[in-house]
Amino acid sequence: MRMDVEIEVRGLNFYYTGNVHVLKGINLSAYKNVVTALIGPSGCGKTTLLRCFNRMHDLYPKNRYEGEIVFQGKNILSKDVDVINLRSRIGMVFQKPTPFPMTIFDNVAYGLKLKGINKRTELSERVENALKNSAIWDEVKDKLNVSAYELSGGQQQRLVIARALAVEPEVLLFDEPTSALDPISTSKIEELLVQLKSKITIIIVTHNMQQAARVSDWTGFVMLGKLIEFDKTDKMFTAPSEKLTEEYITGRFG
Amino acid sequence: MSVFDEELQHLKENVLKLGSMVEKAISDSIKSLVERNSKLAVDVIDKDLQLNALDVEIDEECIRLIALRQPRAGDLRLITTAMKITTDLERIGDLAVDVSERALELNEEPQLKPYIDIPRMTEIAQGMVRDALDAFVKRDSALARDVLTRDDLVDNLNWQVFNELLFFMIQDPKTVSRAVKITYVSKYIERIADHATNIAEMVVYLVEGKIIRHMAVPEKQ
Repeated sequence: MRMDVEIEVRGLNFYYTGNVHVLKGINLSAYKNVVTALIGPSGCGKTTLLRCFNRMHDLYPKNRYEGEIVFQGKNILSKDVDVINLRSRIGMVFQKPTPFPMTIFDNVAYGLKLKGINKRTELSERVENALKNSAIWDEVKDKLNVSAYELSGGQQQRLVIARALAVEPEVLLFDEPTSALDPISTSKIEELLVQLKSKITIIIVTHNMQQAARVSDWTGFVMLGKLIEFDKTDKMFTAPSEKLTEEYITGRFG
Repeated sequence: MSVFDEELQHLKENVLKLGSMVEKAISDSIKSLVERNSKLAVDVIDKDLQLNALDVEIDEECIRLIALRQPRAGDLRLITTAMKITTDLERIGDLAVDVSERALELNEEPQLKPYIDIPRMTEIAQGMVRDALDAFVKRDSALARDVLTRDDLVDNLNWQVFNELLFFMIQDPKTVSRAVKITYVSKYIERIADHATNIAEMVVYLVEGKIIRHMAVPEKQ
């Protein structure tokens, strides 16, 4: 199977507030229509790496990137990139569900309205599609005008995924999307991730190694800001090449 | 040592325990034939029950570890290897029982010929089992690969025994019944060496993460 690269990281270094060197010389290719998982101990830099992909670190002006992240032929770290536009193409879902204080419908329609889509029929159609693609439509179709806060945590998380999907991103970043959810909601999100990859590219950071094993096709192991090993998930979980990966994956760390 | 490490250690010890029971079964079964000791043959047959019980115990241990510990990487390879090795060991035990049953029958009749090649084959096959298990414990893939090279020696000896016995049978049809039983024994030993080869191949998987079964010998090395 030929695999196209969706995002290519080349020699990435990242510094918090100007001089705390957090990511060190990362090289990695996230393939198109594939789920890539980033695993590693707390504080290793995996979330920092994830946040580079849609320039979340720009929220603090003293943060500094070096190297390149090439997305569809363009270095997204370059100064002339419109980060608002970038974030609609490379969306993000966080650890805790973050619905807006508005109705279910308006949550999903929010990004579309920002893009200038106001026609009621088009909005309805795209909201419905996004909710269907997030496997939550059947649960909310009769209460679209109810506050999103009335949904359960697992439903809220799928609603947030629908909101991200509505603007038709090419990539979705997930930062521990199930760590605040119960096992049933978790398995629904995991199923959803696997279904979504036919439409989009997914990069997920997870603390749960079994989750990485279940949902991802490729896995990167990050430690102390370095990418120690990056390989197909089945290889990583049966016979990793690096001793450090072996130790981390089998829980014999340090 | 973590609780999980202790559990893995216990699993390895159980596999070794089964291995030593199997080794003893092999040598006793051949001894019962060569020394015409039928009591020893009955002993091997009786002890197979213990061997079977340990086989089941190890399987259950592995299944429990997979379910409760979700083993990964080297741990996963250790547990799956233990499961497969155990199956081979249990079958070797069955072959030792087969040898003992033929010994019981042969011991009732006059000895056809002195046993020379069969003890030699047995020694090699037994050494293969021992070294394959040693390689398992020490995670020594070089030793495992060395075991693989010895299978041909046993195959050749088996062929030699067969030809020799064929000659007896052609010369004197009254020897056929005994000669056929001895060729069986030879074949059982040859199968033991095959199972030792399987174990050695699994050890290579355990250490290197590579499945080398069903490959030509040069690729294995």
